[in-house]
Amino acid sequence: MVTLTINGKVVQAEKGEYLLAVIRRMGIDVPALCHHEAVEPYGGCRLCMVEITKESWNGWKNHVTACLYPAEQDLIVSTHSDTIIELRKSLLDLFLARNPHTPLIQKLAAEHGLTKTTFEVVPEPNDCILCGICTRVCDEMGFSAISMVNRGHGREVAPPLHQPPPACVGCLACAQACPTRYIKYEDNGATRKIWDRTFELLTCEKTGRPTITREFAEYLSEHRDLPKEYFRVNDESHRGELVSTMAAITRWSVTEEKK
Amino acid sequence: MRIESEKQLRDYRKKLVDADRKLTKKIMVCHGPGCLASGSEQISEEFTKQLAKKRIAGVTVEAVKKTGCHSFCEKSPLVAIEPAQILYTKVKVKDVAEIIEKSVAGDEVIERLVYHDPHSNEAIATYPDVPFYKYQTRLALRNLGKINACDIDDYIRVGGYDGAAKALLHMTPENVIDEITKSNLRGRGGGGFPAGRKWASCRAVESDVRYVVCNGDEGDPGAFMDRAIMEGDPHTVLEGMVVAAFAVGANDGYIYVREEYPLAVINLQKAIEQAEGLGLLGDNILGTGFSLRIHINRGAGAFVCGESSALMLSVAGNVGEPRAKYVRSVVKGLWDKPTVLNNVETYANVPLIITNGAEWFTSIGAPKNAGTKAFSLVGKVRHTGLIEVPMGTTLRRIVFDIGGGLLKDRPFKGVQTGGPSGGCLAEKHLDLSVDFDTLTTHGSMMGSGGMIVMDDRTCMVDVAKYFLSFLVSESCGKCIPCREGLYQLHKLAIAISEGRGTEQDIEKMERLSEMVVLGSLCGLGKSGPNPFLSTISNFRDEYLAHIRDHRCPAGVCRELITYEINPEKCDGCMACISACAVHAITGRKTKPHVINQELCTKCGACVAACTRDAIAVF
Ligand code: SF4
Ligand code: SF4
Ligand code: FES
Repeated sequence: MVTLTINGKVVQAEKGEYLLAVIRRMGIDVPALCHHEAVEPYGGCRLCMVEITKESWNGWKNHVTACLYPAEQDLIVSTHSDTIIELRKSLLDLFLARNPHTPLIQKLAAEHGLTKTTFEVVPEPNDCILCGICTRVCDEMGFSAISMVNRGHGREVAPPLHQPPPACVGCLACAQACPTRYIKYEDNGATRKIWDRTFELLTCEKTGRPTITREFAEYLSEHRDLPKEYFRVNDESHRGELVSTMAAITRWSVTEEKK
Repeated sequence: MRIESEKQLRDYRKKLVDADRKLTKKIMVCHGPGCLASGSEQISEEFTKQLAKKRIAGVTVEAVKKTGCHSFCEKSPLVAIEPAQILYTKVKVKDVAEIIEKSVAGDEVIERLVYHDPHSNEAIATYPDVPFYKYQTRLALRNLGKINACDIDDYIRVGGYDGAAKALLHMTPENVIDEITKSNLRGRGGGGFPAGRKWASCRAVESDVRYVVCNGDEGDPGAFMDRAIMEGDPHTVLEGMVVAAFAVGANDGYIYVREEYPLAVINLQKAIEQAEGLGLLGDNILGTGFSLRIHINRGAGAFVCGESSALMLSVAGNVGEPRAKYVRSVVKGLWDKPTVLNNVETYANVPLIITNGAEWFTSIGAPKNAGTKAFSLVGKVRHTGLIEVPMGTTLRRIVFDIGGGLLKDRPFKGVQTGGPSGGCLAEKHLDLSVDFDTLTTHGSMMGSGGMIVMDDRTCMVDVAKYFLSFLVSESCGKCIPCREGLYQLHKLAIAISEGRGTEQDIEKMERLSEMVVLGSLCGLGKSGPNPFLSTISNFRDEYLAHIRDHRCPAGVCRELITYEINPEKCDGCMACISACAVHAITGRKTKPHVINQELCTKCGACVAACTRDAIAVF
């Protein structure tokens, strides 16, 4: 355990635990758009930046992303210094120029006193905030079906060569995890369409309602050693949970495999 | 054969020196990128061909050496005659016979081919007297133009692998780190971080495995020092890495070379094989039991891969994207193992420091900025090329003495240093000492060493716009301040250059720049606003002229300029009329012409065509 100060309050944290977790536990509101429980921290949105210093640093300060900075003994953190507030506001201003119609961004910006961007809106704006959660979740699941393509301002999330991704199994993890619901999919009971690929859906033996795609079921029974029957029941109402269970199972079995 | 002791190395060198003495003359043909492009390959072939037929005492075909870049690229192709140090410029294949006859067989200098002072037109025959070389001190570039890159014997003959031998045979790793620390060698890649401290912290980390990495990425447009070293003197890089690896305890090294430098890859590969063959690299180096294997990685050539965390991910085979890390790479670098990363020029200095000692090194340069720095000098300067000067040399010396002043003696406006994310210095900075600290204090930076000289016809808004656009497309796009912030800065710069900007836009850009610097994840974003910040602080008037008066003082920004024909000067030769693609110029022979402003696209073709300087740009 280490002891540190956050916004003037002394707190205890696990050594190496990321600051964002400690901050959130204290009920302090620090925005974080690229952070997701299921995946490793990324440090892309920069909204969770905080100011840190230490008594021993003689007045020297640093600005770091809380999602990636490990808790240290004697750290003094402030989450809402003037500079930090101004930084968040500028970042949200930039987000608004890129994603002007995205409710999540509009809401967060409004909380920071911004209703309209002060910059020029980009041509053809969309709802993707490029947080990389989808691609990281897909990597974590073991598929890597989609990735970030192009660098710089032309960056976007896409399957290889913008073709229906062969590695995709239609698990929906990306779409479910996307904070802006930018990734669209279509279920019609018998088939599912995502990333321009159409998958056959298995049906639940009990309710006759769709479960998961054949490809996903096959993948799981083959690679994760799950009984085939596992997929014969519906779990639609808890799909979100299913996803995290799957993510957990995936990670658990990966660690098991390593052992 | 393998060299397994200091004595063997000494004996080996003696044999090489003796053999070399038998050659009374040597013909050094530059095979650097500039000279190759202007045909030096044919020239060296011609020399070999003619010497094979002729019999000149003490001169065999061996006398022809294909060397690395002689650095005076402006005058390429270059041929030097040793030992007289005669420098021939702009040599043509048809000059070869004459050179052989007069300067190789005889001792005559061909005046037509030597450098002529642009001011006095005086002929200057030898290297040390040519101003371009006179004020340089070449350490990292010491062997360029002097040895054949692909011949390890040449390198050993001039003292190569002495530093490695001294370190491995007579010093402990701690001694080596001490010496480098005392020498105050700072990273030549731009950061200026003390190399000794880096090595010491890497060694201090508990680990079974450590790595040394050489950054040969060099993404700055126009910069080619690292390329010249890797191509022209690859062994110095290897030797520097051997010393570093021995000091930190690494047995594997990686050189990351950008894809655009295939010749560097080939020459490094050859050098590795030769050094391994002689036991100077690979297993059991110099019979000491210490081993280092060096591998070459070809980078995909993204500018951001010069950023250390991105580079290491790229070496490890992942997408080269920077990673936010609060653990330094000396602790957790390549494959999460302690790693020392230095650039090509830094490694090139290491063997010299070990051989000559830290004190010798600190006696060169400026306080806290020991040694020299290599630059590629380009732009509106008379002599472009590769230079290396002691730290603390003034910009004036570089631009006016080494560079020979501005082309056509136009007024000097500024010099951009430090690559795309560096800054622009103004005339008032000409007497500043060029070193890491001074440049940073004045809003520019050393960077990897690009230096672009600008005259009064360079528009600073345009310069900022150009570099911002480069950075927008080279940003990896991972973090918002860099990806979106630089994009918006670029948009605002465009607006100003087109006369659509306001004074509030300048304020907005200044505030945004501050946030981009504060918020960006890696060095690219953190220094990205520099082109704007340095131009606005040194050339604010020029921005204001665009905004308030809708005028581009340098006559560059198309939207804000007009071309007009001065009737006094125009003699009606009609040259401009035929040059104008949109038929905007009318007039009759021998009568002054006029430009129709509605039709004019401001392409500048008429200005280039007019021989009487009659077309003015406002
Ligand atoms: S639906 Fe496809 S792309 Fe999305 S996480 Fe699953 S496999 Fe990956
Ligand atoms: S698609 Fe969604 S999850 Fe993926 S990067 Fe865009 S906003 Fe983030
Ligand atoms: S949550 Fe996005 S940078 Fe930390």
